[in-house]
Formats: sequence, structure tokens, C-alpha cells
Amino acid sequence: MAPVLELRNITKQFPGVLANDHINLTLEEGEIHALLGENGAGKSTLMNILYGLYSPDEGEILIHGQATKISGPTDAIRQGIGMVHQHFMLVPVLTVAENVMLGEESTRGLVLDRKKVAAKIRDLSQRHGLEVDPDIKVENLSVGVRQRVEIIKVLYRSANILILDEPTAVLTPQEADDLFGILRSLRDQGVSIIFISHKLREVLDLADRVTVIRRGRVVGEMQTAGASQAMLAELMVGRQVALTVDKETATAGETVLSFENLKVLDNRLHVAVDDASLEVRAGEILGVAGVQGNGQTELVEALTGLRTVQDGKVFIAGQDVTNASPRKITECGVSHIPEDRQEDGLVLSFPIYDNLIINTYYRPPFAKGMVVNEKAIVGQADGLIEEFDIRTPSAAVPVSNLSGGNQQKVIVARELNRPIKLLIANQPTRGLDVGSIEFIHQQLVHKRDEGAAVLLVSAELDEIMGLADRIAVIFKGKFTAVVDADEVSKEQVGLMMAGNSLEEALANAPKRTSKERDIVT
Amino acid sequence: MTATTAPVNTSLGAYAARRERRKTIAYGIFFLLVALAIALLFVRNSAPGMESTFKLNPTTKEKVVPLGDLVLPTQAALIVLAGIVSVIGLYQLVKGFKRAVIVLGIVALLFVFAFLIWAVRGKSINLLGILTFTVAAATPIAFGAMSGVMCERSGVVNIAIEGMMLTGAMVAVVFASISGSLWLGLLGAVISAGLLGVFLAVLAIHFRVDQIIAGTAINIFALGITSFISQRFLQPTPALNSGGVFAKIAIPWLSQIPIIGPVFFNQSIIIYILFATVIAIHFMLFYTRWGLRTRAVGEHPRAADTLGVNVFKIRYINVIIGGMIAGVGGAYFTIGSVGRFDEAITAGKGFIGLAAMIFGRWTPLGAYGASLIFGFSDALQARLQVLGKTQVPIPSEWLLILPYLVTMIVLAGVVGKTVAPAADGKPYIKD
Repeated sequence: MAPVLELRNITKQFPGVLANDHINLTLEEGEIHALLGENGAGKSTLMNILYGLYSPDEGEILIHGQATKISGPTDAIRQGIGMVHQHFMLVPVLTVAENVMLGEESTRGLVLDRKKVAAKIRDLSQRHGLEVDPDIKVENLSVGVRQRVEIIKVLYRSANILILDEPTAVLTPQEADDLFGILRSLRDQGVSIIFISHKLREVLDLADRVTVIRRGRVVGEMQTAGASQAMLAELMVGRQVALTVDKETATAGETVLSFENLKVLDNRLHVAVDDASLEVRAGEILGVAGVQGNGQTELVEALTGLRTVQDGKVFIAGQDVTNASPRKITECGVSHIPEDRQEDGLVLSFPIYDNLIINTYYRPPFAKGMVVNEKAIVGQADGLIEEFDIRTPSAAVPVSNLSGGNQQKVIVARELNRPIKLLIANQPTRGLDVGSIEFIHQQLVHKRDEGAAVLLVSAELDEIMGLADRIAVIFKGKFTAVVDADEVSKEQVGLMMAGNSLEEALANAPKRTSKERDIVT
Repeated sequence: MTATTAPVNTSLGAYAARRERRKTIAYGIFFLLVALAIALLFVRNSAPGMESTFKLNPTTKEKVVPLGDLVLPTQAALIVLAGIVSVIGLYQLVKGFKRAVIVLGIVALLFVFAFLIWAVRGKSINLLGILTFTVAAATPIAFGAMSGVMCERSGVVNIAIEGMMLTGAMVAVVFASISGSLWLGLLGAVISAGLLGVFLAVLAIHFRVDQIIAGTAINIFALGITSFISQRFLQPTPALNSGGVFAKIAIPWLSQIPIIGPVFFNQSIIIYILFATVIAIHFMLFYTRWGLRTRAVGEHPRAADTLGVNVFKIRYINVIIGGMIAGVGGAYFTIGSVGRFDEAITAGKGFIGLAAMIFGRWTPLGAYGASLIFGFSDALQARLQVLGKTQVPIPSEWLLILPYLVTMIVLAGVVGKTVAPAADGKPYIKD
């Protein structure tokens, strides 16, 4: 029998980049096929070709053995291809039913037939274990449920080929497990699934087969049964990659950062950080684990002077810096890798060299009285580009032209090139590929070993488990537990992230095994 | 900013409750101040024995079920009103209403009523006349607001409504004068403003020009060209500027209902077109496929695009229809009311329409309600001037700015945080 989908010699050239270079891919009926590759390897381009958003320069697409052209999303949907995008394509103010029917509305005469759509959604929910209320507005749903809505959208259009682009990036470990259960059950009912990811563990866990691409080319295709993480990582990056973070046991010194009874509001003036207290010592990495949106953003902004502290005190190296200006906090020896590099970390339209001095421009040698010293600025930039391995043709390139990983390296270079006492890193590796993650992890450990205190906020539990010496779990703005990283297992932290107490978590999840620290990608 | 006496361990619920409480008290104090204002400004400046008369019958000889005049003893009525408002204020202060914003509306209404009673002390005023004029004055504002709803729901900011209305106003009268048909005049207005809509759509959607700048350019262009044509052609040739006016049409049965009948159902055909437009947009937006797609495109165009919805097509059509609606509103200025065109005849009503749209939270019904409030302030201003300086010792210049003052207060204060369509004003770039 012909495969459900076959891509033959797909080639796509963009100005200056060969995004896809004669890519071949086959998807059999009822399999989960992982597409593995670093950011910028050409995964998204390939899927956009499949979904009709780009047209390939060369090559052909066969569906059930028939050569076909896909001219746009409507066409893709008509041919049974459905896509769950990495950034959800849902309209928050519309209901689930409205989102699901959009573009394929049921009507009676002129009027939308909401009841019929709701009934169909309930039917799909029941059949596939995708529980959701069709009449609720999407803005009131959690991220995990929103993803279910995305899958329902695809099933509603009777797709039998399902593409998921980095679906676990925004999920808690438990939500990811639920998702995998749903995907397996869909597979067993004959749906064929393409699963795009750069997380090795997930690929091995979920997929039946995997195709690895690097720099626009297929570099390997195999059954996951015989594959190992190290092998896939090497294929994906093109060299041996350290999957474990090499680090010694921490030798914690005196307290650098401490805050007491901290209360911070979010933009809607709800309490986001509630009576939180913590100490971070020199020479340790303290990992804040928590599902996105539990107050981490507001906590970090309050500590770095970007958000008003309503109640409580913040001390850095013994100095009271509650509601101090960001510059004052920076001058206390604090570095900050912000959560959203494009929004808060960089001025995208500025060249690299200006982004590298954006917090020190007023000091010599970059400032000479009222004027800036261009020579010193560009000179420093050239040095840092070399040292931090930022891939760019020159220091004058606007950072908007760099890849995500290189943008993050610009921030890391700016923040870590001076002696610091405290590093606050919020989601420092979000959306980055294995190679860049490895680099940034090394930098964090390096700063720790130099004696800086590191506060690492991450929604990636693997990252926390791999790097942190102590772990503080944040849930609804409160720290529910602060524990030594050696004493808990990943499952236990996962339970606490979902709101369980330390006691419940210790009782209800498997204990830590010795290999816990191994994997960080 | 923060209460230092607050307990350190404030739970989420308790904190929110404290904020709520503070708001409740602020409203209560405000209501009491309103009561005080009624007492000090109005009760003190009236004498016992005076009466305020509100006539409730139309001045023209239409068949309506006749009503007696509403005669109120001025001072007593004002004292009662001040009393009611202070009771509301005290209740708000002590217990708090569930939906304080609605109570705020009621208090504002009572204050206006008190003001009216005081202004006509010892005299009479035709309340029905004020209300009828309110509906008329609200009409161009509401057309502007509907035009805005159409455009902004699909994600295009239309600040050019003023210019579209101005163009429609002039074209309507010229076409009507030349052809002798008011309907052809109306058609001309719709087409000309629709063409400006096409122009805005091409600039905003295709060329992704900043929508404020594109709209401003259209406004300046419309003001310039209409003034030029007016001076060069309409003034020397009055025959071009006398198209006549749509006659009032009394709707059988409905127009005989007391108060509501003459106010709403004995009006120009253009006002009936407005009612139909408001209802049609409401239905279209919330019950049809087109509406769902329009709302999706205004909120999250990429999501709509990935489902095969043509973002550009939806926006083009909505903006062009928006332009046509503004054209009807423009025609109302000339062939709907005075029958001739004067320079800048629209006098900013298009912009007030935008304010009404925001006040009405981008919904057609809400925007019409808001338009009526602006229309009322306009009507009030006109009537107060007629009453004269001794009755209302406020300079007429101040009264003239009343509608605009209301606009600013509404936009700045009462509306607070409204949520515009998320993609409003942002060009869509398909990559």
C-alpha cells in the first residue's frame, strides 16, 4: 500500500539560504513520525510547504500515492492535512465552538448553527478523550486545554494527517503526558502524525520513526526503537554534544540575593507574587520551577527593578534595593537575561554593537563626556562576537537578522562579560536548539563556579533538574517548597508544580534515581 | 500607595476584596458629592412656588394620543432628587451596589434631570422636542460609529469617517440638485464615500500605510476638495446647492405611541435606514458566517488565515462598506436635514462617532446608545440657548462645547479600559 504522504526531493531556496535541499520523507498510515532538527534546520519551511504556505522550487508531494499540488491552507485542509501550530492559532475572545468552525462554518440559512458544531465537538471530545466545553471562551482556558482545542479543530475538518509543531514547548510535564496519550490513541485509530521537535527524549518516547534534518538536508532516518539520544543529538548537531551538564557540587558561600514577604501585582493588578521569601547564595544555582504564568515573570521583573514591589523587601549583597531603579540594581553587580529576548532583551533594529552596550553606554570607555566612543564600542563588540561565538557577518548587523540562538548569545555576551555577583536568568534557553542550549548552560555553570549566585527561572523541568543545586517550586505566586536538588525526583517536582505540597509529592511519585541529572535537552 | 498597616500575609482573595472595597467607597463619595451639587447649585438657586413645566406633546399637528404636561414644583422636585441621590450614595458607601457602573449612569441621569428642572424653573420646555432633536442629532454620529464598527471589527482603524461624511454630504446635495432625485443624491453619497473607503483600504491593507496617517490624509483631502468646490461652484450657482430634503415619514401605528412614536417613528427615511443598519450590523456581526470571520480577522488574522479565511478580502469589503455607511451619514447633513451644503458642515461629528463606537465597546447597539447620549447633549445645548441667559447663566460659547466636553469626559473617565479588537490598526503581513 502506498504511504499516506510522501515528500520527494523537496527543495526551497530563500535569498541566501537553501532552506530545504532535496528532502525526502514518507509517512505511513497510523504512525507517529518525528521530524527532528535544530532551529533553522528547515523543519518549519518543510511543514509550511506541506501546509501550502510556501510553494517548493523543486520536488513533489504525493498523498496516497497521487502526486498533488497544495496551493494554500484551504487546499491542505481539503486534502486531509491539519496543522497544530507552535503559537496557537486561536482567537481568545471567541468560544471554542466558534474557533473550531471558523473557515468551515455550519449555517442554517444565514445564521451560524452553533448547536450543531457544539454537538460535533462533544462527539469528538468523547471519542478521543479531548475533554473541553464548546461554549466557553478560549481566553478562559489553560494552555493544555487550548492545545486540545487545536487538535479538535484539525479533527473537525476530518484530517487524517496531523502535523504538530513543537507541541510540548508550552506544556507542563503532566500536560505533555496527557497529550502523548491522546496522540497515541489517535494513531491507533489510523491518524498519521508528524511530530516536530528538538527534544530528544520526547521523540524517543513518542515517535515510531524519526527523520533528522540538519541545514536543510535529511541526515538520517530510522526507527526509534534502535535509536539513542546521543546518536540523535550527534546527527542533529553534526558533532558530539554533551547532553549532561558537567558540573561539580556547589560550594555555596554567603547570601547574595534575599527577599522577604514579597508581594507583586501583575498587569491586571491581581496578586502575582504572594508573600514570597527566598535566599540565593554565592556559588549556587537556585532553580525556580513552575508552570508558566505562576508569577515567575512578575517576580523577576520585581527583582530587576522593572516592576513595583507592593510589599516586602529585596536585598542584594546586603543592600536594600526594594523598588530601586534598574540601573542601580545593575550597578550592584546584577545581570539579567530576560524572558522575552525580543521584547525586553534587545532593540531589534539596533546593530549588535549597540545592543552590547545598552546597559553600560554611559560609562567610559563607551562614553566620552556627552558623546559615544564608537571605536571602543565596535572594538568590544568584535571581541565579544569572537568570545561568545555569535554567528554574524559583522558587528553592524541589526540583531533582528540573527537567529534566535544568536540573539540570545548577544544578550548573554552583554550580561556576562563583566564581573557580577548575581545572575538572574529567566527562561534562558527557551526556543533554542541543542547546540545553543549547551553553550548557555555552560555559561551559567561557569558563572556559578566563579562565585556568582544564579537564580534560574525555567518552565523546562529538565533544565531545572540538570542545572539547579537547589529548587524552589512556585505555584500561584507562592513558593510551595524549597529543596536540595539531590533529594527530589523529576516526577516529584512535577507534582509540586501542579500544586501538590512537598509531602504529597514525596509520597505519590517515584523517588529520585541516580541517573536523574543526565539529560537536559 | 500601599497601606503599611496591611497584614503581611495577605491572601489573594483578601487583597482583591480590599481593592474592591476602596472602589465602592470612592463611588459612594462621588454620589454624595452629586447630591450636594444638586442641593447647592440648583435647590439654593430656586424659590418655593416656582414650577417647571415639561410639555410632552409634539408642536406639529400630528395624530398622537395626547398627554398632559408634566408640571413639577421646582424646589420640591429638586429636593426629592437630591434626597434620592444621597440615599443611593449612602447605600453605596455602606453596602455597595453589585454593578456600580450602572448606578453611576442612573445618578448621571438624575443629575441631568435636576439640571433641566432648575433650568426651566418658572417656564416651560418641550421635552418631546428635545428628545426628537436628540434622535436627529445622534443620526450622523451613529452612522459614523457604525462605519467605525464595520472597519475596526475587521482590524482597520478608520479615522477618515469625518472626511467620508463630508464628501458624502456634498455629493448628495449636488447629485440631488442636478438630477432632481433625492434617491440619486443618496446613491451618489454612498458611492463617493465608498470610493474613499476603497482608497483607505488600498492604503491601509495593501500598502500597509500607517492607518492614522492614511485616514488623516483622506480627511484633509476631503476638507480641501469640498471647500474648493463649494467656493468655486456651489456659491456662484445656488441651483447646484438646493437638492431638497427627504420628507418626514410617520410610520403607521408606531408613530402614535406616546413619546416614543413622535421621537423615533416620525422621522426622515435616513433615520429609518440607520435603524436598519444598526440591527443589520448587529445581526451580521454576531450571528452570521461573515461576522464570525470579521471578528476573527480583527482579533487574530493569522489564525483566520491558517484556516483558509481570506484576511485581505474580508478587510477590503468591511472597509468599503464602512465607507458607504459613512456616506449615508454624510447625506443626512444635507438632503436629510438642511438641504444645502456649507463648508465643513460635518463639524467633527465623524470623530464623535468614533468616540461613540469606543464608548459602545465596538458593538452596534452600544455605539447607537452612546450616539444618543452625544445627541442628547447636542439637543440640550440648543434648547438651553433658547431659554436665555437669565434662566441659564452660562455663556452660550460654553454651552456650544457641551457635546465635545461630554465626548472627552466619556472617553477619559467613564469608559476606562475597553478592549479594542486585538489586531485593530495592525496591517496583516502574509509571509
